[in-house]
Amino acid sequence: MYTIKTYLMAQTLDEAYSALQKNKSNVVLGGCGWLKMARKRFWTGIDLSRLGLDRIEERDGWLELGAMVTLRQLETDPAARAVFGGILPQSVERIVGVQFRNCATVGGCVWMRAGFSDLLTALLVLETEVELYHAGRMPLETFLALPQSRETRDILTHVRVKLDGRDAAYQSVRNTATDFPVVTAAAAHLGQSWMVAVGARPMRAVRVPAAETALSAGAMPEACRAVAALGYAGNLRGSADYRRKVAQVLVRRAAGEILQREGKQ
Amino acid sequence: MRIKLTVNGRQFDKHVPADMMLLDFLRKYGFVSVKRGCETSNCGLCTVWVDERPVLSCTYPVARAEGRRVTTIEGVVPEAEEFGKFLAARGAEQCGFCSPGLVMTVLAMKRELRSPDEQQVRAYLAGNLCRCSGYTSQLDAVMSFLKGGAR
Repeated sequence: MYTIKTYLMAQTLDEAYSALQKNKSNVVLGGCGWLKMARKRFWTGIDLSRLGLDRIEERDGWLELGAMVTLRQLETDPAARAVFGGILPQSVERIVGVQFRNCATVGGCVWMRAGFSDLLTALLVLETEVELYHAGRMPLETFLALPQSRETRDILTHVRVKLDGRDAAYQSVRNTATDFPVVTAAAAHLGQSWMVAVGARPMRAVRVPAAETALSAGAMPEACRAVAALGYAGNLRGSADYRRKVAQVLVRRAAGEILQREGKQ
Repeated sequence: MRIKLTVNGRQFDKHVPADMMLLDFLRKYGFVSVKRGCETSNCGLCTVWVDERPVLSCTYPVARAEGRRVTTIEGVVPEAEEFGKFLAARGAEQCGFCSPGLVMTVLAMKRELRSPDEQQVRAYLAGNLCRCSGYTSQLDAVMSFLKGGAR
């Protein structure tokens, strides 16, 4: 059970930010998907849904996703579908169901930094920036390195992805449709550079620099060895060994999909 | 707190707790077609529309629905009955607990997708769980309903 004492439909970001500073038990509400599973008492629930943060726009060479853009929007928006080999829609389309994805938000997913996040895995192989209301713009990886606690009193307002023309591909394995992923993987290719990320290990998604170097040299087996060298753990969805084996296959498939589109495989 | 919204075209102006979810609001005011299934934002049984989009009412704070149009199966009876006849003709209806959520998702899909194939239908309906059936008879019913064919 969770409780919220007061509900603030913020009229400005400034109002939302001020409200967040007032009490450590105040919280910014995203899509609220996991809220009722928490045992938490919140004082004020701060709602960002009336701040125009539900738009997907191209701006100065970046695709700008407002924090309240839903996962379903990522799936259906023509601008989001048209870029990076369709990795944005592909990474979210297997998450629960349409009615869940009409609630869950990009901001909520990224802010949560969950290990099982399909979207984070995909965003890691793109040039992604996160904008916080107070701290400003920063690369996604810088954001992920910040200490994550309720002491962080900031608001994620936008996620931006640079429209640099890279091709990308997404892979995940699920024990059953709509379930959390057992392992996730993403790859991207731009010029001489490859980007590789593996998530749901079940720890949070990370880039795999050694695999990226290997792919740039055209050495797929070496890339797979680098993926195998990551840390994995077991939980009720799969063992560490199983994840290690599946992750290699997923990276090979994701990179293979890109190579195939480039006519190299 | 006070909120105003419409449910099936009817205006509501009510005082609600700040942490009330749309599901609890709807059931409190008599829209008992809306079912609570899993409590984990997973099963799709509580699906209603907010501004024509299917959402999990167990997950949607009622305060967020301020000024919005909510639709439950009670608001789309003729169309729901029509689809219901397709379900019944194939024996897809068993305990019936998941049906209101399924029906609302199918009717939303009919508005959103143009001539979807079976794979697209399966993907759209993946978030509606049923613990009686194997989904096959439901899928048959949905495909016939979408094609406007014979029951």
